[in-house]
This record gives sequence, C-alpha cells and structure tokens, in this order.
Amino acid sequence: MARIELHNIAKAYGSVEVMRDINLTIEDGEFIVLVGPSGCGKSTLLRMIAGLEPITDGDFRIDGARMNEIPPRDRDMAMVFQSYALYPHMDVSRNMGFSLEIRKAQKEERGRKVAEAAQTLGLASLTERLPRALSGGQRQRVAMGRAIVRDPSAFLFDEPLSNLDAALRVEMRLEIARLHQRLNATMIYVTHDQVEALTLADRIVVLNAGDIQQVGTPLDLYERPSNKFVAQFIGSPTMNILGVVQSEGGVKLKDGTVLNVGSETGQRQAHELGVRPEHLDVVAEEAAHMRGVAELVEHLGSDTNIHAKIPGVGPVLVRQHGHFPMKTGDAVNIAVDLEKAHLFGPDGVRLAA
Amino acid sequence: MTAIADSASGEPRARGSFYFRYMVEPYLYLSPAIILIALVMLVPLAIGISYAFQSVNLLRPFQSGWVGLENFQTLWNDRKFWLALTNTFWWTLGSITFQFFLGLGLALLLNTQFYGKRLVQALVFLPWAVPTFLSALTWAWLFNPTIGPLPHWLAALGILSEPFNILGDPNLAMWGPITANVWFGIPFFAITLLAALQSIPGELYEAAEIDGASSWQMFTKITLPFLAPMIAITVMLRTIWIANFADLIFVMTGGGPANSTQILSTYIFTTAFRKLDFGYASAIAVALLGLLLIYAVILLVLRRKLVKI
Amino acid sequence: MRTLRQSSPVAVTGKYLALGFYVLFALFPLYWLAKIAITPDKLIFTEGTALVPSRFTFENFRTVLLQTDFLAYFRNSLVVSIGTAAITTCIAAAAGYAFSRFDFRGKRLVIAVMLITQMFPLLMIIAPIYKIVAALGLLNSLTSLIIVYTAFNIPFATFLMQSFFDGIPKDLEEAGMIDGCTRFEALRKIILPLTLPGLGATLGFIFTAAWSELLFALMLINSNETMTFPVGLLTFVSKFSVDWGQMMAAGVLALIPSCLFFIFIQRYLVQGLTSGAVKG
Ligand SMILES: Nc1ncnc2c1ncn2[C@@H]1O[C@H](COP(=O)(O)OP(=O)(O)O)[C@@H](O)[C@H]1O
Ligand SMILES: [Mg+2]
Repeated sequence: MARIELHNIAKAYGSVEVMRDINLTIEDGEFIVLVGPSGCGKSTLLRMIAGLEPITDGDFRIDGARMNEIPPRDRDMAMVFQSYALYPHMDVSRNMGFSLEIRKAQKEERGRKVAEAAQTLGLASLTERLPRALSGGQRQRVAMGRAIVRDPSAFLFDEPLSNLDAALRVEMRLEIARLHQRLNATMIYVTHDQVEALTLADRIVVLNAGDIQQVGTPLDLYERPSNKFVAQFIGSPTMNILGVVQSEGGVKLKDGTVLNVGSETGQRQAHELGVRPEHLDVVAEEAAHMRGVAELVEHLGSDTNIHAKIPGVGPVLVRQHGHFPMKTGDAVNIAVDLEKAHLFGPDGVRLAA
Repeated sequence: MTAIADSASGEPRARGSFYFRYMVEPYLYLSPAIILIALVMLVPLAIGISYAFQSVNLLRPFQSGWVGLENFQTLWNDRKFWLALTNTFWWTLGSITFQFFLGLGLALLLNTQFYGKRLVQALVFLPWAVPTFLSALTWAWLFNPTIGPLPHWLAALGILSEPFNILGDPNLAMWGPITANVWFGIPFFAITLLAALQSIPGELYEAAEIDGASSWQMFTKITLPFLAPMIAITVMLRTIWIANFADLIFVMTGGGPANSTQILSTYIFTTAFRKLDFGYASAIAVALLGLLLIYAVILLVLRRKLVKI
Repeated sequence: MRTLRQSSPVAVTGKYLALGFYVLFALFPLYWLAKIAITPDKLIFTEGTALVPSRFTFENFRTVLLQTDFLAYFRNSLVVSIGTAAITTCIAAAAGYAFSRFDFRGKRLVIAVMLITQMFPLLMIIAPIYKIVAALGLLNSLTSLIIVYTAFNIPFATFLMQSFFDGIPKDLEEAGMIDGCTRFEALRKIILPLTLPGLGATLGFIFTAAWSELLFALMLINSNETMTFPVGLLTFVSKFSVDWGQMMAAGVLALIPSCLFFIFIQRYLVQGLTSGAVKG
C-alpha cells in the first residue's frame, strides 16, 4: 500500500531533456495507467519511480517520505518488465521466489508463497521448468508471479502484454484486473495501447513528448479531452478533426455550412472541430450537415465504418452501429451530434463548449 | 539541479549515496584496471620517453644524465637505424599484404556453404593459437635444409639453385619471417572479416540477384563497400602491430645475417637487451612511435575521405 | 543466398582446391614438427625430407621430460599463465561490466587510454620496466611477470568481456535489483552465472597470450629456476642445437596447452568478436 507523489520531476540524459515538470499524485490502491505514443517517456517515468533511473530534478515521495535517492530494493515495489526479464538459469519456482531468497525469508514460507502464486496463475505443473522451456504466455505469468509473491506496496508494469498475441492479451488483461481487485494494491501500468488503458485504469495519465497532457478517469478522457492530442489518442477509430472558422451562431465548415456549436466559447477563436465517428450519423438528405460519397465501407459485423469524402471539407469517418446497408460509391448524408462535438483553438487546447 | 541541492540538503546521507551510485560506483569496478594500466604501462611509457633524452646505459652507469637530443643525433647518423627503418617498411608491407589478401580469400570461402565447414574452420584458425616463439622455431626449422623440406622443394622448383637455408642469405632472409608471419596472421584477418561478412544483410544479395547482378558485381558493389570500414580499421591496427612485432624475427634470425632482417623493434630490443643501452633504445622507440602516429593519422584522414559509411 | 546461383563444376573444384590449400598451409608446419619429434634420431638425416617416417619412437619425449629442465619450465609457465589469466579475467570482468552498464563521466577518456595502450610499441616500455622491476628486487621472479602480463592484457580482455556483458539484457539485473539485490549481488547471482562462457573464453585467450610471451620474459628472467617455457626453449635451442628430435619434441609439448585451450574457447571467442564487430 503506498501513496506515490511526483513533484516537478524532470529527467535529462546528459544535456538532452526528455521529461520536465511532471506532477502527479497516485493514491493508495489506485490503478494508474501511463499511456502515450512510443518514445514519449512512459518507461523513463516508470523506471524513475522504480529507482532504476536517477531522477534529474524534482521530488519523489512515497507515503510522504522523499525517496529520490533510495535504491530500488528499498522501495518495496515489484515490476513486470516488457521482456519479462526472467532469470534464464533459474527454474520457475526459484524465479518466483528469488526476492524472498534475497530477503532471507524462511524456506517453508518461501515454498508456500511460491506454490500459492503458482496455483493462482495456473503454473503449478511448470515450477521445475527453465524459462526457455516456456511459451510466451507462460513466461508472462511467471513474471507476474514473481511480483505477486513479494506482496509489495506497489506494482509497476511496463507494457507487460505487448509481446503476447491478441487472444492472450485479452485474457491476461482480465487477469491483471482481477489481481488488482483481489490485492487492492497501488498499480502503475505503462502501455501504448489505449484499449488496455481504458479497460484497466482508475485514472489514465496521457503523456506526449515528455509532458503530461491530461490526467483523468477513462470517461473523463473520452468525454472531455483537454486537447486535440488526447482527443485523437483516446478512442478508436480516431476522432475526426475538421478545420472551421468562428462565425455567427456557431462555427463554419470549409464548405460554408454553419454548425451550431460552441456558442459560449468565450473570446477564444475555434480553429478545429473534433467529432468522434460514433457521434456522426447517416441520415436523410434534408437533415444532413454534410453530403458526400462513401469511398470505402468496412462491414465489421458489430459496426459499420464508412469512410466518406465530403467535397470542400475532406475525409470523414462515420461509425454506424450494427450492419448498415451501404456500399462503396453510394451517396452519404451525415448529421453531426452537436452535443458531443468538441472545438479546439489554434494551439490545440479544447475550448469549453 | 538546484532543486535537488535544495531539497536534499536536509538528507546529506541519501544524497551521498545518490552520487555514489551514479558517479563513483563505476570507478570502483574500474579502479584495479586503471591502477594497473597506469602503473605498469603509462608511468613506464612516460619514463621511457624521458629516457630518450638521457644517457641510461647499465654498462656505463657513471655517465648517466640528461643529454638533450644527443641520442637523436646519434640516431640520425646511425646507418643501422636507417637500414632497420627500410627493413621495417618491407617487413610490414610484405606481411600485411599477404596476410590481408589471403585472409580475405579465406573469409570469403568460409562465408559459403560446404561440407565439413566446422572442422575446416577450426583447422585453418589453428595457427593463431600456436605460441609465437614456437611458430618462429618451427618455421626456422622448416627452412633448415638438414631437417626441413622447404629448401629441397624450392630447389626442385628451380627457385633456389641448390637447397640452402634462405635465413642465412642476406638477400632472401626477410622472406623467412614474413612467411611465418603470414602463416600466423591469416586467421586474424579471416576471423574479423568473416564476422563483418556475416553482418551483411542477405536481402542485399537477393535484391542484387533479382536486379541481375553478376557475382563479380555483387562483390564489388555490395561486399567491398560493406567491408571497407572494417578493412580500414583492421589494416591500420594490424600494420601498427606488425611494425612493433619483434618476436618472430628475433627468434628466427636475431636480425641477421648482416642486419638484413633487423627491423626497428628488434633493434630496440637488442639495444636494450644486449647492450643495456636504454637511452638509445628509447630514442629508437620514440622515433618508431612517431612514425606510427604519422601513419595512423594519414590513414584516418584517407579513410574519412574514401569511406562514405 | 549465393548458393542458389549454382556455379560451374570448375568453380566448385576451384573452391575446394583453395580450401585444401589453406588447410594444408595451416597444418603442414605443425605436422612437420610432430613428424621430426617421433622420428628416431638415426633416421632424421637419411629421411630428412620424407613425408612419413618409416619407423617412429617416443624416445625424444621421454628424454625431454626426464633429462632436461623442461618440466620446471613447464611448471613456471603454467604458474605465470594461470595466474595471469585468472587475475586478468577478474579485473577485466569488473572493468568490462562498468563499461557495459554505466554511463559515467570520463568513460570516453578511459576507453581512449585503453585503446592507445594497444597501439604504442610495448618494447618502448621494456627498458623502464626492467629498471623498475630491478629496483624493486623482483628480477627473476614469476610475480613480476604475472603483474606485467596482467596489465598488458587487461585492455583487450576488458573489451572482450564488455561485449559479452552487452549480450546480457540489462533488464535481468534490474529485475534483480527490484527483487532486492544490491547491484553487486545482482552481478554475482544473476549476471556472472550467465557470463561463464565469456569468462571461459577470456581466460583461455589470456592464458594463450601469456603462454607465448617471450621478450619481456627474456628480459626479466635469466635464472634457470624461474624460466618460462619460451625462454627455456630458446636457451634449450641454443644449447642443444644439434639434437633436432628433442627440440621438436619440446616444441610439440609446448603446443599442447595452448591448442587445448584454443579448441575449448574458439567458439566463444569468434562469438565475442562477432558481436563486437557487428556493433562496432
Ligand atoms: N539511455 C538513454 N539515453 C538517451 N536518451 C534516452 C535513453 N533512454 C531513453 N531515452 C530517450 O527518452 C525518451 C523516452 O524514452 P522511453 O521512456 O523509453 O519511451 P517510451 O517507453 O514511452 O516508449 C525517448 O525519446 C528516448 O529516445
Ligand atoms: Mg517503453
């Protein structure tokens, strides 16, 4: 159990600054997901929390005590690596019990805890195997087992599922969610996959290029993204972004259509309109805001994605629930759910609408 | 930085451990190596350079002291030095040329598939494992007409008029150590070039093959450009190494006959070892070091000009 | 890749001829050494250039082992080579680990100095070393040889060890440190067991190098009791310059340890050089 605080954390490699002014408080027992594109600094941040990477500047606290200079072994955190980092020369049970071995725990206690964890993770029959004799999924479980056995105050995960195939990924995701419910420990989870982020997190931290873009619950991020980056990063398929200009009674699309949104955006000038594919609807011609042609129609069974080309506006993606009878080349008339559209200023910041 | 200093001021011990872990700890691991290298190599190197400007002769212990450039003046007028310099040039050039081309050939052969490759590879690399002094003795024996076959074969081929020991002939003696050196050095080039060859992506050859390139074109257009950086660096390092390499010649001919195989490094060794004239030996060594530095600089400049990668 | 383009029979024959040439060239001198060593004395001159002796004997080996100082040289060389190899490998492992795992101020400088020590003529320091060793009263001692050889071999051994450490993912010791190890414990319990092949290769390489060093041994040792193999064999050659059979037998014996080591390490050595070469 641990409350983790980051105050003005910065990180530089030599003279290259990769992270600046990170402020974040992680409550005891919370499941936090760090998400962002590759290279944005997620791993670096996680490794600073683990103590594997020196913190260049700022204040890092666990339960109120400053921990910047405390080595990893005294931070009482367990970590699951993307590569799993299983010790190749130790069998499964020794891998899982290694931390207890180092901490000189009683042999019986060690055996009991390892057996318990192996049981939970379905590894009971594999305890004498070496890592190289395990499949990817089994290795992943051993890596998790190694963390569980320790009963740490916080769990750190660095893209733990990215080396698994899609089916296993879903299964392990559920496993991790169950683990969190059962242990109720603080968990910090790094991923570049927004689905993992949305399904697992109590709160999500969106990072880009070393900066925190937004911190919030999954629904917060989906409904009230603080800027264009978050809006486009969260949600699949990606939000449509259309250029607009401010005008009488709303905003004007490039083809001159006026949409009645953002009447109270204050002094800020709207620059772009963002609307998610699921908030567009195919309607009769007279009710439509945009008229165009379907360039490509994807029938996914549960959904139908219509890639439409709107003359004077550009490409727009519409998502219709269930099977929608439309084919490539058909004319398509689209209405915008004005309640759910977002406006962004020239700097990408969302204007309160 | 300032924030760390501020907030850490209350916890000096933790701060100490921070610096220890990230700045001092590597030096803990390095210190035995650094200390030993400094004491056994760098300090003697400095002393060695200073000897070049002193008279240090163990046979005439009372004449020691600083002599300025006297050793170098002697050197300038020393016929034997100039002879040794010429010999060093031929010795190095002959050895490196044959070692390189034969080593490249071997690497190219080992980079193809054939039956019994593992065994062949172990066997052809074996000369590298033979202690130098033993290679030298073996080849000296092979060139000895009493017990070695080489003079007889050379005579039978008409290269020698009669089976005699070429190590005793001032005109031919240098070929003895060069042969031994080539034998000993081929594996080095073969191993490094083979490593470089194996790092060339196979798709490049496939692409060239689809484009209809001939084997020769593939060699000149893909293999050579890829090997070029490796070739430049190994040839440079090896040249320097060979120029300094005295063991073979010292054992096979001792620099003779009539100084015909005396190279600078054997000259340094015999001056130090036989005459115990350390001052003069160091002066020769400094001259050799200077020449090698000039060579290395020229080669590095050429490399930057010629090799694009 | 290029095997697809199957070449003409002429080219294939040429390739095998070339390989045959290389194998013969590599092995012939060693074969000749062994041949003379097992040829009975009486036949050495009459069958001087015959490829195979008509009779053979191990008499020469017996004489060399029992009636000369050969075994003493052998023992001295073993002490020096094993001592050098063991100490160098320990020191180089620590240094290679630092290069592989830390980014620290002065790293480039230390690496540059190590590279430079590989480039200047070692003979340059033979005179100062002689004077220092003499001043310390360590002439004719195996200890001085071990210290000197260790220093000479550290740079190369360090780079070799570094390339082996580089092959072990950093994650492993980080996982160890998270699991509660200090860095040193992680090194000892996780990394070292995985580097054993690398340690073996380095050990073997240094052993071979120390086994064959001649000039410094010649300079620093002149008492018969502490002579190493190369020095001993060289004096042996000048003393018994007519007894070819015995000299060759001594040569064959000198060859055995380093060839044994070479066969043991060759795979790892090529592997270490390859990974280094590919990166470098
Ligand atoms: N050892 C290092 N030296 C210099 N830059 C680094 C180092 N490690 C990471 N970086 C840089 O830091 C940034 C963040 O990296 P990382 O945290 O690994 O990204 P992520 O995990 O989000 O993909 C990247 O731009 C990367 O290039
Ligand atoms: Mg990462």
